[in-house]
Amino acid sequence: MSATEANIPLGEAAWELPSRGKVGMGSLIVAESAIFTIFVVAYIFYIGKSLSGPTPREVLRVPIVGTICLLSSSFTMHWAIAALRKGRSGAFRAFWFLTFLLGAIFIGGTAIEWHHLIYQENFTIQTNLFGTTYYSLVGLHASHVIVGLIGLAVIMILAVLGKIRPEHTERCEVFSLYWHFVDAVWVVVFTTVYIVGR
Amino acid sequence: MAASTDSLPRFAARKNALAVIYEWLGTADHKKIGLMYIVYALVFLVVMGVEAVLMRIQLAHANSSFLSPEVFNRLFTLHGTTGVFFVGMPILFGFGNYLVPLMIGARDMAYPRLNAFSFWMTAFGGLLLYASFFAGNSVAQAGIAPDVGWFAYAPLTATAFSPGHSTDYWNLALLVAGVGSISGGVNFIATILGLRCPGMTLSRMPLLVWMNLVMGGLVLVTISPLTAAQLMLLADRYLGAHFFDPQAGGSVVMWMHFFWIFGHPEVYVLIIPCFAFISEIVPVFSRKAIFGYPAMVAATTSIGFVSLGVWAHHLFTIGMPSYGNAFFVLTTMVVAVPTGIKIFNWLATMWGGRIRFATPMLFAVGFLFQFLIGGLTGIMLATAPFDWQLANSYFVVAHFHYVIVGGILFSIFAAFYYWFPKMTGRLLNETLGKWNFWILLVGFHLTFDTMYVPGLLGMPRRIYTYEAGRGWESWNLITSIGVIFQGVAVLIFVYNMVWSYLRGPLAGNDPWDAWTLEWATTSPPPEYNFAQTPAVRSRRPLWDIKHPEDPDSKYE
Repeated sequence: MSATEANIPLGEAAWELPSRGKVGMGSLIVAESAIFTIFVVAYIFYIGKSLSGPTPREVLRVPIVGTICLLSSSFTMHWAIAALRKGRSGAFRAFWFLTFLLGAIFIGGTAIEWHHLIYQENFTIQTNLFGTTYYSLVGLHASHVIVGLIGLAVIMILAVLGKIRPEHTERCEVFSLYWHFVDAVWVVVFTTVYIVGR
Repeated sequence: MAASTDSLPRFAARKNALAVIYEWLGTADHKKIGLMYIVYALVFLVVMGVEAVLMRIQLAHANSSFLSPEVFNRLFTLHGTTGVFFVGMPILFGFGNYLVPLMIGARDMAYPRLNAFSFWMTAFGGLLLYASFFAGNSVAQAGIAPDVGWFAYAPLTATAFSPGHSTDYWNLALLVAGVGSISGGVNFIATILGLRCPGMTLSRMPLLVWMNLVMGGLVLVTISPLTAAQLMLLADRYLGAHFFDPQAGGSVVMWMHFFWIFGHPEVYVLIIPCFAFISEIVPVFSRKAIFGYPAMVAATTSIGFVSLGVWAHHLFTIGMPSYGNAFFVLTTMVVAVPTGIKIFNWLATMWGGRIRFATPMLFAVGFLFQFLIGGLTGIMLATAPFDWQLANSYFVVAHFHYVIVGGILFSIFAAFYYWFPKMTGRLLNETLGKWNFWILLVGFHLTFDTMYVPGLLGMPRRIYTYEAGRGWESWNLITSIGVIFQGVAVLIFVYNMVWSYLRGPLAGNDPWDAWTLEWATTSPPPEYNFAQTPAVRSRRPLWDIKHPEDPDSKYE
């Protein structure tokens, strides 16, 4: 083998690497999962340990509509990406808007729930351990939904302006990973707060 | 005419100075960000060193009144917090930032602007911590700097026991720096998995890159729990939540768990990049390829995983069921197995090699011995009954300083002497380097060997003074004397850096006759790193180029 041969770059075509967008978002999701894990552990540890009322059964109503909306939004998001990949930009915009709408209904439901708890039930983060863990865990998730909605809105505006083309599929897909993650976390939060904890 | 030619360059130089500042503040170049991390960390290294000196003056003899108890509390809190978050993490992130893209033949990190964001978050976190000195004193007698210790056990951090804002500064500084670290970890992983040059499969990556990959993964799952716990503390202090409030049924032990779920893997976040330095330096100065590359990779990743299940050995004295004790004793001891594999691999790399004892190698060998002893005292402390006796004593302080100073700091010095020529284009002075090494070695052993003994004799950590006649005085005096040597060694190092930066001999591309890609480009590397994307066929691409008749690619 000669000296020059060792310097010859290998064929670039044979060299495929994982997408840095997906790897980066995956890493972020791992980190976020760790944060949620800590809050969920705190929630479960403090179930039934409050020294005063109210208890979850007295004040919590299961947010069925919001949950159905949020979980459905993962499907509409998936269809939106699939439409974009095929270049059907009208369908993309429609499904993307639907995703945003479903997410907004969810967060609206949370807002109504919190308003009811704070003003009708006089139940705040200071009330007892249940209030502390409930507002922080649900609030942590809700803040992630809000961040997701902001992202959805930005991409929606770009789409309306005609700036989103099929070659942006991967970027939208990377963003969709975040949205799916937020949905998946809701399954855990929902189970913890409204089923196990209630 | 002469006047105008005189003034022109001066004008140009002044304009350049502004341009240079702008260039550095606004840069997204991984090398500049790396250097900023390193310089920033060195400044804080001096700050934490001064804090240590003040504490050692106070403890040098019994019944001392050099410092008040309040000031002593602030000093050990800031010394620990600064050391972990604003010296250790940034200096290692800095080297990683600088070296990882060069070693994988990339142009930059995967997300250059996120990289700059990470640095500035870390930087502002550190400034925020020290801003408490100027703004923390909102309530009379409340204390002007954080004084809750670096692990800030609840309920000491509750507003009732930490009035004023000093604890908030600690809380927010770590929250901010934590966001910087997590985004840095994301960036390392995306860079290493996504930007390797053609031919650099995972099994051909330099060990430094592998270990930074593991470090990045650990950052994701260790800093995040800290961030979560800090958010809870923030809610407790500002919103009146009760996470760590026993009066409302909250558990203070939960803070301990959450803190140490972060805190123990964190020491591996710090030590794994140091393993990385040693894994690059030992082979080059032994003139042999690393022994047991796959075993090194496997050991590193298994240390990463096992380290996630050892945290509660910090809680043996808090009280756990015997199963809990047994579990955490075993997991902690299991860490010793992959670590031992690493030490044997480094020794086997040196075995039979033509060892050159240049300064980087001296520090690397110092690391090997001292890290081994630090690790062995860790095994002692991992034994629950032994820990019941010695937890919170100076034995613990001696143990983790043995690892942090004897292990981490020595390997950082090794890294400086090894990569300074790449970063600046000039070699560090070898004579000064040897003085630096030997004086630091003497100072280190004077300080930290003797620190074990008062621990065994029952001296608790974090006391601001002690009575005479307990047999602690002479040990403490020797410990404090050792600090003088360490200070002198650091001064020699600073002088060496400044002098060599200005006057040192030119290094050339490859002063150590090394084998990894960063030595293929100029010193310092151009902004674009490599004019042509390199391609590699083995773990030692530069060996292949230098020895075309017998390339590594034939054997791998």
